[in-house]
Order: sequence, then structure tokens, then C-alpha cells
Amino acid sequence: MTMTFLAPGFADPSHDAQRLFRGVLDAFSHPGRIVELRDAPAGPGTLSIAAIGFLLTFADRETPLWLEAGVDKQEVRDFLRFHAGAPIVQAREAATFGVIVAGGGEPFAGFAIGTDTYPDRAATLVIEVPALDGGRSTIWRGPGIDGEVRVAIDGLGDGFWPAWSANHALIPCGVDLVFACGSRLIALPRSIAVEA
Amino acid sequence: MYVAVKGGETAIAHSLDLVADKRRGDRDVSELSLEQIDQQLGLAVDRVMTEGSCYDRSLAALAIKQARGDLIEAIFLLRAYRTTLPRFGASEPLDTTRMVAERRISSTFKDVPGGQVLGPTYDYTHRLLDFSLAAAGERPEAPTAPADATHALPRVGDILQRDGLLEPPPSRLDGEAGDLTREPLVLPADRPLRLQNLARGDEGFLLALGYSTQRGYGNNHPFVGEIRYGHVPVSFVPEELGFAIEIGEIEVTECDMVNQFAGSHEVPPQFTRGYGLAFGHVERKAMAMALVDRALRADELGEAVTSPAQDEEFVLAHSDNVEASGFVQHLKLPHYVDFQSELVVVRALRAEVEKRLEQAALAQAAE
Amino acid sequence: MPDTTIQDTLPQDGAYNYAYLDEQTKRMIRRAILKAVAVPGYQVPFGGREMPLPYGWGTGGIQVTAALIGRDDTLKVIDQGADDTTNAVSIRRFFARVAQVATTTHTGEATIIQTRHRVPETPLTDGQILVFQVPIPEPLRMLEPRETETRTLHALSEYGVMQVSLYESIARHGRIAKTYNYPVMVNGRYIMSPSPIPKFDNPKLDRSPALQLYGAGREKRIYAVPPHTPVKSLDFDDHPFEIETWTESCALCGSTESFLDEMIVDDDGKRLFVCSDTDYCESRR
Repeated sequence: MTMTFLAPGFADPSHDAQRLFRGVLDAFSHPGRIVELRDAPAGPGTLSIAAIGFLLTFADRETPLWLEAGVDKQEVRDFLRFHAGAPIVQAREAATFGVIVAGGGEPFAGFAIGTDTYPDRAATLVIEVPALDGGRSTIWRGPGIDGEVRVAIDGLGDGFWPAWSANHALIPCGVDLVFACGSRLIALPRSIAVEA
Repeated sequence: MYVAVKGGETAIAHSLDLVADKRRGDRDVSELSLEQIDQQLGLAVDRVMTEGSCYDRSLAALAIKQARGDLIEAIFLLRAYRTTLPRFGASEPLDTTRMVAERRISSTFKDVPGGQVLGPTYDYTHRLLDFSLAAAGERPEAPTAPADATHALPRVGDILQRDGLLEPPPSRLDGEAGDLTREPLVLPADRPLRLQNLARGDEGFLLALGYSTQRGYGNNHPFVGEIRYGHVPVSFVPEELGFAIEIGEIEVTECDMVNQFAGSHEVPPQFTRGYGLAFGHVERKAMAMALVDRALRADELGEAVTSPAQDEEFVLAHSDNVEASGFVQHLKLPHYVDFQSELVVVRALRAEVEKRLEQAALAQAAE
Repeated sequence: MPDTTIQDTLPQDGAYNYAYLDEQTKRMIRRAILKAVAVPGYQVPFGGREMPLPYGWGTGGIQVTAALIGRDDTLKVIDQGADDTTNAVSIRRFFARVAQVATTTHTGEATIIQTRHRVPETPLTDGQILVFQVPIPEPLRMLEPRETETRTLHALSEYGVMQVSLYESIARHGRIAKTYNYPVMVNGRYIMSPSPIPKFDNPKLDRSPALQLYGAGREKRIYAVPPHTPVKSLDFDDHPFEIETWTESCALCGSTESFLDEMIVDDDGKRLFVCSDTDYCESRR
């Protein structure tokens, strides 16, 4: 077996994970806010630093991971298996976390949305986008937002916001999203209504 | 005054010193060693290991020493240590037919293959205080027959089961059993999780519940199919090897309780089972656990759930003495803010009632 | 006064991971926190661990704080509003010992505030996290003891039983006599227990700029109220929600706006009223 080059994970696992977690928590607590993940490892290069940082912070042996074909590279699998120990699964419904590239159709279809009694059993999806601003302007409202906030994520397909509205309507069920670009991210929990 | 005045930190520091001092007691009396606790208070060690979910005699002995013999406190100490340990995986299921039994009895048959082995039991001691123990002096060793480790010891239940008189044990799990120490209890629970909960559960609580079933609160007509106590090997499959290796031996007590079952239209009458297992020699606990396990199967066996021991939520939510002890004792913490809120309302309500009574009295006087 | 001496006097425990919990457990708790924030007011089950402090003494709050805390944080711990109550001291010592974290008594300086039974009087700000210790997370528990039942009631938003209970209180006392652990509706969806804070503190939960996290260790639940989220105390049109008031003012700082503790100061039962929030009170003197 030849081992491909394996990029380093956390230099200081306990403190790196803590710092990144607080960044992601800040993003989830303030949907629409662009949060920089400070000093996150670069990873194998084919995923954004923010996506890598998110997965290293939250994924482990207990969280099956689904990768879209566009990011399902051997070096990504090796990296996540080695550093997170997360099993990579083929079925969307089995995944706790998913990584998706913006622009595709039906981005959330098939992922776990939780149940009315256990809405926490829903997937969290990381969506790789070309830019977190400069795209089509949308207005977000809901928990974590003081009134409303304007967000202009770039590269999302035409069907994206209607699909989000359908997801939001499932409350308390539904998937939660993280938009990742470079070392920055924006969170979009299911509780947020988006006016596109 | 213990209340929240300045100086809480100093008070805590002094309290810690005092408790350490009390633990040691009179310095003229020699200090207990962990070996002494392990050897001479072995049944306390067994209970702490069982309810502490951690098979380690010396750690349990340490916990007992640190807790000054308060076993629930010792169980708590052991649990809080256990939870920090790394996990390597789950062992293979114990095969208790491979037990080298020190004790093995069945009350359902006069004799059974492998024989009745009375072993060390308090059952036939006369409970007379033995004042000779108050004095020093060695005892001669008890004569023992060599243990037979070469023959498997068949379970009495397996023999009954061959005739279809007794329900078979549940089939082997497909995946791994859940782990209550890592995942929250989700209700309704399955039997593996229930048994795990009961194994960790407070002996006194299970004893009372088991007793209640015998007095008619969910009676299931139990017989001791078998109780056995002894050493069993523990095997583990390391991922890198892919086959099981024996990693050691532990002492366990197993109780297979046989219970009546009336049968139904589809199922002919058959005996059913309740199961109990504990680390070390903890017979009372294993028996109580088996009674409660059987009682909790009421739903599965189509029996009416009418009694506390049959009520899964009630039993599983209240069996853990570390949880129960903490929550009962948290009432010692200051609650003066909530009490102040109550005072404000009770005063207001009393004033309103008094005013009403006064007005009523005035109205009456005016008539 | 910040207690800076604690770090020097307690031994460092090399045997334990940073902030006591192992990384696997922290990840599990962090995942639960994320879902709790995503579904405000919903109680997320989590694999709560035995902690070295007893159940009922803040193990849920401690586990949440342990999953949050880092070297950049400044921690404040209060019990009954006071920094120097024995249990607050004990928990602060724990984190100073296992996370070598800076501690403070000043509300404004803290990044994480762990609390039992109070919300600080000083308004919280964006970026602060308030961690509540919760004994019984289920607001319907005293009306329906079964978890399987209450879970279904939450799923269906079927909260009639709570309305009936409050209405019975009005019928009996002429008012809603519930004084602490007063139930709230979060974001119009879940009825939530705000933990046993006095109802005086309920309005502070509504649209707070701080993140509120609630940890119940024994019951193994975590829930959250994100910043700026509507939190409404349950009431009726003809019996609107009201908070406690005092005719007295604080004997130490003169405040007429804070929650007052009543102290009996002599054998004749003479009473004195002082602020429950010690930091607020000291800052006004």
C-alpha cells in the first residue's frame, strides 16, 4: 500500500478544537455573521480550510460522513480517516455530516432531518461556496439575528433558496448548514427564514 | 452560619482538612491498607465494583478507604474515575459455562449435572455475633477440593430449554450493545440497556423492588433456576489481530431466575427468565436484578403493567444511586433566592386573604 | 475582587485532559450544543458523564462549560447571584484547577458566566455566554412524570396541560402563584424551563444579546436560547406576567431595581434586604 502525502491535522488538538468550536458556535449563534476560523490547519488542499476545520472539530468515529463526488478525493478520505477517524458513507441518510459543493441540484435531499420527537438527529451540511459575499442578496430572520441581516453568498444554484424554504418549513426538523470559503464560514441553522 | 457570606473559600479549605482528618481517625490506631480492605472487606469491594461499573479491586478498595466506608460515596468516586479512562472496545460476551465455580446452586432441581456446590455463603451461618473475631488470632485455612476447570458447567436453564419448557435466551445481538455510560438513556429501552442500568443500579433499590414483586406488586412466581459464582475468562478481539484472545479472568455472580408464564392463544405455557449478573460475589443484588429484569418484561410478554417494578421509566430513571444521592443532597445547597420569591408571593397571598376576611367581618358587623 | 490566588495553591493535574473532559466527550457535547442552538428551546439528549462533583450540584453546567472553555476565556461563577457562595467557589476552583483559566467576579469582564438560580443584573453583551445549571430540564415534568409522554407533547406542541396548570393557580389564588422556574415559550415553538431562576429574571432572557446554554447533567439534556431570540413568560390576557417587587431597597447600595435577598439579622427576627447579585451591589457602592 502506498500512503499518499498526509497533511497535518491539529497541532494542539485540545486547544485548536476548542478555538475552532467557539468560532463555529459564534457563527451558529449569529446566523449570517462571517466568522474567521483562526489558525485552522490547511488540510489536503482540495477542501476549504473552514470545511476542514469544521470537520476536525466535530467529526469522529461516531459521526458518519458523506462527501459529494466533487470533493470525494483519496487525499480527503485519507486525511479525514486519519485525523478524525470518521467513517465515510455512501448513503446520505446515514450521514451526520455532509460536504457539498455549491451549485448542484437538490442539495439537501436524502439527508437526515430528525424526527418530531428527536429533531436533533438531523445532519449538518458543509457547503463549499466560491464567496461568502458578492452574490445574490438575501434577507435572513430568526433566532440569533437582531431583526434582520443581509447575506449575499455567491455560487448557490437557482433552486437553492426554494429548497431552503422547504427545509425551514420542516421545523423543528430539518438540516443545518455551514457555508465555507477559505478560512471563513457562515452558519444557517434550520430556524432561519430566508427571503430570497 | 453556612450561608453565602464572604469567606466561602476558606470554609471549603477547612472543611476539606476536617474530612481528611476524620477519615484517618485516631492516629494511635494503625491505618487500613488497601490489601486489608480487599481481603477482609471483599464483599464491600464487590459491591463498589459492580455499581461503579469498573472491575478493579484495588481502585474500589481505595474508594472505600477514601469514602470512610460509605459505599455509595465510594461508588461515586470509582465512577468519576472510570469516566476519564480511555476505551479500547468491548469484550466478547462472557461464557459462564466456562466458569470455575466456587458456588453453584439450583432450587428447581434436587440435583443437577455438575452438582450443587454450596461454597462460601452466609446462608447457613447462625447470625450470632462471633466474639472471637473481636480478639486477634489466626484461623486455620478451610479445606477445599481442587476446582475442576476442565469441564464446562452446563446451565440449568439450558437443560430445561431443550424440552421447550423454558424460553430460549435472547439471540445474540447483531451489533454492539448500547452503552449507558456514553449515550443518554432513550425510552423505551431495549433489554440490553435495561440490564446495564440494573447492573449499575443501587442494590437496596433493586432489593426493595424485587421484594415488592414477591408481595404481589407484579408477581411473576420466581424460582432460582441457578445461582453461580466463580471465575470466568474475559476475551477481547484486538482490531489488528481479528481473533479473540483471553485477557484475564474476573469473578462474577450470575442468577438465572425461572418464572411462570401462563401462555396465550399462540404460545403454550412456558417458563420465562429473568437475568442478573454482578461483579464479585454479590448474590442478593444478582437475584434482585433478575426479579426486576423479569418484571420489566411484562410488556414484551403481554402482561398488564400495574406495579412499580414493571414500570420501565420508573425503575430505570431512579435506580442509579449516584444520581439519586446527588439530587437528594443538592437540597443542602443554598436555595434562598427561590425561597425569597416564594416568601414574596406567600406574604402577598396571605395579605389578600386577611383583607378579604377583615372585609367580610366588617360587612357582617354592619348588617 | 478576582480570586487570582487559586491557581497557585491548587496542584496541577497532569493525569487529566485540559478542562477535565476527554476530547471525544467534548466533541459529543459540542455537537449537542450546536443542535441545541439550531433548535432553540428543544432539549437535546447527550451522553452526560459522571463528573467529580455530585449530580444536582451543577454537573450539566460544568460539562457545558468544560466543552466551551479555553485559554482566552475569563470565567465567572455565581450561585444565588453571589460569587462567594460555597458551590460557586467550588466550581470556580475546579475550572481554575483543570483549565488554568482566568476567573473574575465582574459580570462585564466575563466571557463565560456559569450560574445557578440567577441571571446577573448587569445586562449581558454580544459574545458573552451564560451557562445555566439545570436540575429538571423538562418544564412539563411535574405535570407529567413520563419522559415518553412529555417528548410527544413537545413534538406536537401540545401544551394544554401547562395552560391548565397555570389557570388552576389563578382559580385558586387569583394569580399565577408560580415564582421560580417560571415556564417560558421560546421562539414561539418550545415551552422551556428557564431553570430555577426567580421569575424576576425571566424578562432578561428575552432577546438577550448573549448566548444562553442550559446543561442538565443528571437528566442528560442540553438546550439553548440563541441571542436575540424571543422568550415569552407564559400568561393570560387577563392575568399578564408580572415580576416580584419589593417595598424595601438594598441596605448596602440602595438599589430599588435588583432582586433582594432577605436576611434575618437578630433573634427578634429583624430583617435586612440586600442585593442577591453581589457584583452588581459592590459596583454601586
